[in-house]
Amino acid sequence: MTGLDKRLSLPEFAGRITSGMTVGIGGWGARRKPMALVRALLRTGVRDLTVVSCGGPDVGLLAAAGRIRTLIAPFVTLDSVPLEPHFRAARESGALCFEEWDESMFLWGLTAAAHRLPFMPVRGGLGSDVPRRNPRLRTVTSPYEDGEELLAAPALDLDVALVHMNRADVRGNGQSLGPDPYFDDLFTEAARHTYLSCEQIVDRFAGPPQSLLVQRQNVTGVLHTPRGAHFTSCAPDYGRDEAFQRAYVRAAGDPGTWREFEARFLAGDEHAYQRAVDGREPEEATA
Amino acid sequence: MTTPTGATRAEICVVACAEAWRGDGEILAATAGTVPALGARLARLTFSPHLLLTDGEAMLLSTPQDPGRIEGWLPYRKHLSLAARGKRHMMMGAAQLDRYGNQNISCVGDWARPRRQLLGARGAPSNTVNHPVSYWVPRHSPRVFVPRVDMVSGVGYDRAAAQGPAVARFHGLRRVVTDLAVLDFATRDHRMRLASVHPGVGTDQVRERTGFALAVDGEVPTTREPTEEELRLLREVLDPHGTRDREVRT
Repeated sequence: MTGLDKRLSLPEFAGRITSGMTVGIGGWGARRKPMALVRALLRTGVRDLTVVSCGGPDVGLLAAAGRIRTLIAPFVTLDSVPLEPHFRAARESGALCFEEWDESMFLWGLTAAAHRLPFMPVRGGLGSDVPRRNPRLRTVTSPYEDGEELLAAPALDLDVALVHMNRADVRGNGQSLGPDPYFDDLFTEAARHTYLSCEQIVDRFAGPPQSLLVQRQNVTGVLHTPRGAHFTSCAPDYGRDEAFQRAYVRAAGDPGTWREFEARFLAGDEHAYQRAVDGREPEEATA
Repeated sequence: MTTPTGATRAEICVVACAEAWRGDGEILAATAGTVPALGARLARLTFSPHLLLTDGEAMLLSTPQDPGRIEGWLPYRKHLSLAARGKRHMMMGAAQLDRYGNQNISCVGDWARPRRQLLGARGAPSNTVNHPVSYWVPRHSPRVFVPRVDMVSGVGYDRAAAQGPAVARFHGLRRVVTDLAVLDFATRDHRMRLASVHPGVGTDQVRERTGFALAVDGEVPTTREPTEEELRLLREVLDPHGTRDREVRT
């Protein structure tokens, strides 16, 4: 048993993720993604990951770097830009294996894992091509009088979950102050180990009790990463950096431009990233 | 091009979308796209006052006239539960739709290695088997209305019937609104039917822009014009900056 103080550095965190792991990533699209943790993974040699995510640029960056073997997701989007360019490229070149899940299957798959159940029954997915494209999906017949045949969403058991919170304490309690907790608490409950990054570490939480989303018994490591969700949103601390996201999308459209983008923003550590973001010319930051 | 009331094509489309929620009662009107969102808000302010609306994220709006005033909290997890209980009628988009209303938002081409990867199935499979669904197609074209979709994200009537009671039980597609026409499934075998053409659009034009034979019974009516009050609400209250005209060109 480690001490109550679970703070880790980004390299310490990244060193605990090994190739072949199943990694759940919280947030939703381009909203409150644990991007500092994703960037830390990009600095390691980790590969062959199974990524479980309501996908956004977390999936995009990992796919662009060739780190994903299998993606389990109901969608990948940047919200204000509907299609994620790196995810598109990876799918269109056959670079990753895609398990396309319906959103409600995804919710119940995480719930099953969080409750140590093998599956949860769900109606969503039936009749669509989702089960036809995924031979491991099975149906289950209700043992009650209705006798309905439903989809059995398999448990999404995770080796690790990565989530980003507005506030946390050093013990690993996490607070979400934005409008939507997404599935982040479920991710932490479905995982053997959770690494929680946060905007601020606090001694004493303020705000309504319902905002205390993540509990320390589910958390292995805490990382203080100010603006650690950038360029995704982290309401109410900051909104999405739309100018940066547009630059990301433009860069992703061409291999040469993408190499320049990587050299400028992703070649150094997290401090270097944040400095490069701040170092943009005013016209770039609003372009 | 405008009509006798001076309504633009976009305004005709907003009203045609609004009509999808007529008589729906106290359920959530969910949308994807500008014109359906305006339609839902217009319906809420006129003939379907019990509808619930979101701010596009996790908040329920007390009234579309005051986006700062909220009446409830609907984060994604509660939103999915509400959908599973059927308390929702969503108007979704579609990259492809076939004659039975099977919808694709996943990818174009072979699923294993698509020519064009799109969003992913998102909630379309569960939406279509849990509550009423309509579709919005801002550019009516044979690329959207295809004989066979490349991936069934949203379930159509033929699939629902073939898959048995667990799928058909709560399945129901209401209408498809496009920039040219309103389509529905009011045929014996639920094949898509040309329900009305927008003012100034010919039935031949719709047929040419549809990649399968549409059912037609008798004279095809014209989509109704907005009322004066609807036009006022739309132009002065809901969309004073005219975002509707960017989604549907006049």
